[in-house]
Amino acid sequence: MQVSKEEILHIAKLANLNLKEEEVDTYMGHLEEILNFANIVNKAPIDGLEETIGVNEAYNVFRKDEIIESLNRDELLQNAPEAQEGMFKIPKVIN
Amino acid sequence: MEIYELTVHELLEKLDKKEITKEEILASYQNRINEKEKDVQAFVTITEQEAKEEIKQKANNPSKLAGIPIGIKDNICTKGVKTTCASKMLENFVAPYDATVMEKINEAGMVSFGKLNMDEFAMGGSTEHSYFKKTKNPWNLNKVPGGSSGGSAAAVAAGMVPWALGSDTGGSIRQPASFCGIVGLKPTYGLVSRFGLVAFASSLDQIGTLTKDVKDSALLLNVIAGHDEKDSTSADREKEDYTKALKNDVKGLKIGVPKEYFGDGINTEVKEAIEKVIEKYRQLGATVEECSLDVADYALATYYIIACAEASSNLGRFDGIRYGYRTKNYENLKDIYRNSRSEGFGAEVKRRIILGTYVLSSGYYDAYYKKAQQVRTLVKNEYAKNFAKYDVILTPTASNVAFDIGSKINDPLEMYLADLCTVPVNIAGLPGISVPCGLNSEGMPIGFQLIGKPFAESTILNAAYTYEQNTDFRKNKPEFKN
Amino acid sequence: MSREDYEVVIGLEVHAELSTKTKIFCSCPTEFGGEPNTHCCPICMALPGTLPVLNEKVVEYAVRAGLATNCEIEQNSKNDRKNYFYPDLPKAYQISQFDRPLCKKGSIEIENEKGEKTVIRITRIHIEEDAGKLNHDEFGGGSLVDLNRAGVPLIEIVSEPDIRSSAEAENYLRKLKSILEYIEVSDCKMQEGSLRADVNVSVRKKGETKLGTRTEMKNMNSFRSIVRGIEYEIDRQIDLIEDGGVVEQETLRWDDVSGRTFSMRDKEDAQDYRYFPDPDLVAIRLSDEYIEDIRKTLPELPESRRERYMEEYNLTERDANLLTASKYLSNLFEQTTTICGNAKASCNWILSDISRILNEKELEPNQIPFTAEHLAEVIALIEKGTISSAIAKKVVEELFENPTSPSKIIEEKGWIQISDEGAIKEVVLQILQANPQSVADYKAGKEKAIGFLVGQAMKETKGKANPQMLNKMFVEEINKM
Repeated sequence: MQVSKEEILHIAKLANLNLKEEEVDTYMGHLEEILNFANIVNKAPIDGLEETIGVNEAYNVFRKDEIIESLNRDELLQNAPEAQEGMFKIPKVIN
Repeated sequence: MEIYELTVHELLEKLDKKEITKEEILASYQNRINEKEKDVQAFVTITEQEAKEEIKQKANNPSKLAGIPIGIKDNICTKGVKTTCASKMLENFVAPYDATVMEKINEAGMVSFGKLNMDEFAMGGSTEHSYFKKTKNPWNLNKVPGGSSGGSAAAVAAGMVPWALGSDTGGSIRQPASFCGIVGLKPTYGLVSRFGLVAFASSLDQIGTLTKDVKDSALLLNVIAGHDEKDSTSADREKEDYTKALKNDVKGLKIGVPKEYFGDGINTEVKEAIEKVIEKYRQLGATVEECSLDVADYALATYYIIACAEASSNLGRFDGIRYGYRTKNYENLKDIYRNSRSEGFGAEVKRRIILGTYVLSSGYYDAYYKKAQQVRTLVKNEYAKNFAKYDVILTPTASNVAFDIGSKINDPLEMYLADLCTVPVNIAGLPGISVPCGLNSEGMPIGFQLIGKPFAESTILNAAYTYEQNTDFRKNKPEFKN
Repeated sequence: MSREDYEVVIGLEVHAELSTKTKIFCSCPTEFGGEPNTHCCPICMALPGTLPVLNEKVVEYAVRAGLATNCEIEQNSKNDRKNYFYPDLPKAYQISQFDRPLCKKGSIEIENEKGEKTVIRITRIHIEEDAGKLNHDEFGGGSLVDLNRAGVPLIEIVSEPDIRSSAEAENYLRKLKSILEYIEVSDCKMQEGSLRADVNVSVRKKGETKLGTRTEMKNMNSFRSIVRGIEYEIDRQIDLIEDGGVVEQETLRWDDVSGRTFSMRDKEDAQDYRYFPDPDLVAIRLSDEYIEDIRKTLPELPESRRERYMEEYNLTERDANLLTASKYLSNLFEQTTTICGNAKASCNWILSDISRILNEKELEPNQIPFTAEHLAEVIALIEKGTISSAIAKKVVEELFENPTSPSKIIEEKGWIQISDEGAIKEVVLQILQANPQSVADYKAGKEKAIGFLVGQAMKETKGKANPQMLNKMFVEEINKM
């Protein structure tokens, strides 16, 4: 499995990670190596098998539509790097 | 025998007979932490001082476990105490709520002695990927304790806590238990609520126990198991008393031993130890047969595809906005995202996020993720076939004993391949337990694994207990070799 | 070539917030507004370790919407994660549905500009969570994240590209809104953003079978902007093509103030949402019985109400259509008619004066502040002769400002009709004296002169005199002269 530099940079961008120039090759190498190994799934005898979605057989796990009081705002914001007027503050986002 | 050497059920007997007090238990463990933590480095956060206060407050709690200390892996949310996942990303994160298992632990009157070290976000098998410190193996301080629940395993083995909670996504309880010579139980997916466990791979993660012996596993599982409405994947089942399953009798038990787990990948001394386990079970009246579980390689590849895919999505929320690390180096939102994540996550976490993002990305989904989900069905079917014939399946827990710190950190694939025996169990959502079965020539512990049918914790606990009660391996004690 | 040589192709993706009490995956209230971040909990704030549990009403409401729009219901459905980073999306993924939406292959019937019936097909309806809101910090130059709306349940209704004009788009959306209101799954308050649409527009030369490249206008939340936005895009795209250019596939923002669209995203940031089944949630399996039970509870829908109005109340098809287009107008009509017994009058008041005022004030029917009792009383007061219809119009205007008993209004304002013969005679004599020319004109055969005199009398009494009585009395008095 060949992974190009453009590809790894695109993936890093999707994941919102910066890769330093010197890291690109290392990550690319590891990714290729692991993908080569992971490719074995394409040899597995899986014709006609359904995908497993959810490990156990459970279905229709629902909640009642009832309001439950939660924590107060200060507790919810206690870990915020920056907050103002009860909101999380970030640099200006222009839409 | 020192108090810190006792199992919890032994502590309870002595408390019952008034031979010891809760204060003495507390003091014994506090001394032990003071003495050994500097060598072992198992804790990220120690809360023994708070524990003292808590024990006073809980003095009237009628629960028989009231006042018993416990250690908690640092990816389980504890209200008011830092939950770091051993990551710079969450270095100062204090959850405003308790995980469901913590509510149960608190209700039972137990007191947490602190948060235990781990591989960052539970990604790794050596605890070397912690942002804070490298935990040492109490048997030999130059060796890793295993991982990702390495802090939990080392703390129990070193007698700094009588027992601990860990989490297991691909072997993260069983492998460190085996490396540290203790018992590690990963329950069936859905038996223990995941609410409050910081997610690595949601469809594989399961909270479980690390204990000195099997009876303690059953005792602690009794506390943490049970349906939780806050976790959609939690199984809605009647509660069981797992201690009642411990009959010290395996006559008629049918054990399958898959030949695929005795290949080149497994160390010779480990194989020999497992042969002796098989012999022991035969002596005890169980039937042991070779069987086939020809999905090992597929299962391992599938594991890394699914675990990384889920992780890449689960870890998106660490963006420097609502909690967690925020870079100092930013001018705009994009900088906050990229720099916070790049500076806040360690190399292994980033490696897995990149792999996970790749296998989900457009053009590759069908070749990797979709196939992996089909292989998952295949693995489940293979287990089901075997469980039609056998009550439990027996394998080594790890391909080898604990390795030297630093010896594998630069070879991620080799690290991944070492999870061969434990990973398929998570893929199929089954219960698995690792039990000590001797020491190798260097004096490092070896463990074997018993795998059960879904929700057949009782069966594997009894099989493990019977072995343990008829051997003396649990009496080996770590020597803190340098 | 001109605009007539092109065919317009439009598809709508409509987002409707469901009117459940709680959010889709946690037990926080969905109520609009509130202090920032006070309708939140660790789950909708995506704190580490938290897990979603699906609200049963969300599934039920989505199935209702599906059944009311003739959809097939997916009996083996699931939730998927749509991964992307944005500050209003705390988990960095939106829980939505990818390949097994709850409803698919539906349709609704609308009228085109020519008044002909046409069918718009619905591709799918799926459930998903809404995002939070970004507020701008006026002083610090940053943005502030409020997650009250994060996790409010939405259904997304995706149409096929069957719409051929801005008017059809408006009719389609009105029809959809009316259906959602009838089945009570969404309050559809466009001004609060609980109903909004992404509009896909493309053009192609007539006769061409391949679709043109489309652009998408995001988050449109008024009928007016949708119509204006579509018209703008049609013109822009045709001009572009006529000038030899190509339409680029892109996401646009419609700006109401400048009346034009702007490109929203960098093209280099091509999105890849990496959908996959959410492992924190389990499958949704709906039995035939579950679906049939919901079907049985569906209320009467606009079509059948329309037929009934024509039959039961003898309304014209046009009137019946207009009334039933809105659940609120239709309910007001039925309730008013039940109280006052006069369907014709109820219908006229609602479709003329009340609709005109709604239009002028840019209000939606659900914002009518007064009740059916109030309107029925206005009608009764006219029938009794207590007020004239001219006064009644003023009463209805007043009801929008001050929704209280009409009797009280006319009393407070002194608008009671003068029907007292003595009082009327006094005015009549006074006007006759002041207008001898008109009297002469009438006597000379110009009957219109009476109208002028009545007008003068109405002016004198500020519209309160009973016009029939005035007419009669003027004729009598002049004849006496």
